[in-house]
Amino acid sequence: MGMLPHLPWMPEVKSPRPAVVVDGLAKTFTLPTEQVHTLKERALHPFRRSSMERLEALRGVSFVVEPGEFFGIVGRNGSGKSTLLKCLAGIYRADQGSIHVNGRLSTFIELGVGFNPDLAARDNVTINGVMMGLTPREARDRFDAVIEFSELEEFVDMKLKNYSSGMQVRLAFSVAIQVDADVLLIDEVLAVGDAAFAQKCFDVFYRMRDAGRTVLLVTHDMGAVKRFCNRALLLERGEVVDFGDPDHVARSYLELNFGYGHAPDAGPQDDEDTRERSGDQAAQLVDAWFEDEDGQRVETLVQTRAVRFRARAEFARAVDHPVMSVLFEDADRHALFATSTEWKELETGSFAPGETATFEAAFDVPFAPGRVYATPVITHRGAGMKVIDRRDRLVSVVVTGTHHSGGLVMVPHDVSFQRSGREVSA
Amino acid sequence: MSTATLAPPDDERKRAAIEEARVRAREASALLGPGIAGPTAIGVPARRFLALIWTISVSEFKLRFYGSALGYFWQLMRPLLLFGVLYLFFTQFVRFSNVHLYPVVLLQGIILFTFVTECTQGGVSSLVDKETLVRKIQFPRLAVPMSIVLTALFNLTLNYVIVILFLVIQGGRPHWTWLYEFPPLMFALIAFSSGAAVLLSALYVRFRDVRPIWEVILQMLYFVSLILIPVESVPSHTLRQILVMNPFAAIVQQLRHAVIDPGAPSVTDVLSSDWLVLVPIAILVAIVVVGYVTFDRMAPKVAEEL
Repeated sequence: MGMLPHLPWMPEVKSPRPAVVVDGLAKTFTLPTEQVHTLKERALHPFRRSSMERLEALRGVSFVVEPGEFFGIVGRNGSGKSTLLKCLAGIYRADQGSIHVNGRLSTFIELGVGFNPDLAARDNVTINGVMMGLTPREARDRFDAVIEFSELEEFVDMKLKNYSSGMQVRLAFSVAIQVDADVLLIDEVLAVGDAAFAQKCFDVFYRMRDAGRTVLLVTHDMGAVKRFCNRALLLERGEVVDFGDPDHVARSYLELNFGYGHAPDAGPQDDEDTRERSGDQAAQLVDAWFEDEDGQRVETLVQTRAVRFRARAEFARAVDHPVMSVLFEDADRHALFATSTEWKELETGSFAPGETATFEAAFDVPFAPGRVYATPVITHRGAGMKVIDRRDRLVSVVVTGTHHSGGLVMVPHDVSFQRSGREVSA
Repeated sequence: MSTATLAPPDDERKRAAIEEARVRAREASALLGPGIAGPTAIGVPARRFLALIWTISVSEFKLRFYGSALGYFWQLMRPLLLFGVLYLFFTQFVRFSNVHLYPVVLLQGIILFTFVTECTQGGVSSLVDKETLVRKIQFPRLAVPMSIVLTALFNLTLNYVIVILFLVIQGGRPHWTWLYEFPPLMFALIAFSSGAAVLLSALYVRFRDVRPIWEVILQMLYFVSLILIPVESVPSHTLRQILVMNPFAAIVQQLRHAVIDPGAPSVTDVLSSDWLVLVPIAILVAIVVVGYVTFDRMAPKVAEEL
């Protein structure tokens, strides 16, 4: 990971000062099972100890983020991500351990904090800017830049309550990026909203990173983790359970979610071995995945974007001209699309035991949003197409897109509606 | 995705990576000393605290000013209407004929009480009202109740213009002594109101019945703070002394002496002793200290308790 061993007696200049250090951070909430909210209740029952439930949100979390790094924090709901973020942001006080942030920190936990619907854009930009740490003068000086970025020049004097929600988000985001912070804490809430805006957000974060800022991104989106992050951390029940390479962390996250391997209560679709598998096993399909143009494995597909489905087979016996196919289905087992080496009249060749081969199908994602399952099949050529190995729903992806097609697939198309020349009847 | 690649070697890798990160964090934090403290009442750059209070107050004030067509007019109307009713009552039914410039005394009392009411009633629920801010962003927590006090101070300033106008109309006149008597008294008034507001806002996070209790106390304060009834009309000397030991009553009385009529009894006159003045001052200091200490203790936990 390129981390130099750093020893206390070494002069600090040997390695750049880390941007963020979290050392043994612990945070426990005591939640009263029965909340005593009034003095009256206190006075009436002075000796009743309200029963408290202890919730250990974070237990000894340690990590270091180097300057200029894009660092991902992932975890399931309730794993402690938000608590960690709020401790870093200084909203919660740490119970144990310490947090060091080198430089000015800006939090993107929620946009437009302090916005008042009854005030015009100018006042709101000032308030929000000051809340985020600017001086009132700085906030006023940057107003033009904010408005320019948000493309809201025509609406400067309009009260915020008359803005559309999209305009409010644009304004809030434009203020947020005006704060010159060295370290940015970003919650995934930012990435919701329309796809174009999410992309614009990420473009900005990327630019900031290129400008030497450090970015900490909290997210569920493994695609984003793999695309953007240099390193990542996986939290589970308040503890770090994986750390380092984003690909590894993303896979660990999926393991956690779907309980591969070690979860006894995993659902039927999660347990590979119980999934239907048929064929004479002259070859085995060992792996299948989707990848993007850069060859990165993906768990989500974006409608109309280019994608490659790949599957790898290992041959146990000699096979002549096997036929490789794949079937894509939706959750209800509607067949969406299938293709095969045979249909494309591909000569696959002869394989000896121990050899491997990779099948690839490249296309632009035509599916409607939802989960899509791929079933790869390898068969012998010839009449009957005797199955060598068929792995039912070996891999699945989630397709995202802005348009529901109203059907199973999204067909590229144009629509028009024109007045036709009136037919004059006699 | 085959299970083979997820077997022990991966666990080994995870353990090593986590351990490496832990060691690195331990070393780095030992080198860097104490880290960030978490949420505080005021926070390190005091400038930011002041900028925050100023910005929030100005926008709140603007809201009230431009909020309705008659904005500022309504702001004035409330104390003025109350004043009108009380003025009629105390000139037509009950009369304090021995009190010089009674109408001005009454008006000043009302606007001072309005200030205390605005500070404390707005202050009580201020932290809870600004929940979204407190839970989503790091900023000095004390800015929340203090911005309420500053907004109320803007209103008080405007209200004082009316008092001075009224004083001149009623035949009073400005004095040079205002220059050195008025500022310390204003300071005491702000200390009293903000101390109470800060204390109440911190308590209200845990105890929601603080608000009704405070409303009752405020009602009592209205009647015992020498606003309606001038101190000369209080029959017993001891009772007069006790009344003036309430710091707010002392401020009201002293402002009457300093601003409206130098002939009116000052606090020392009422207490007929110099050292007894220390009692209201001590109570005032106690309110401020208790308020601030309570708030300071509460500040790191507000976001969790809300």
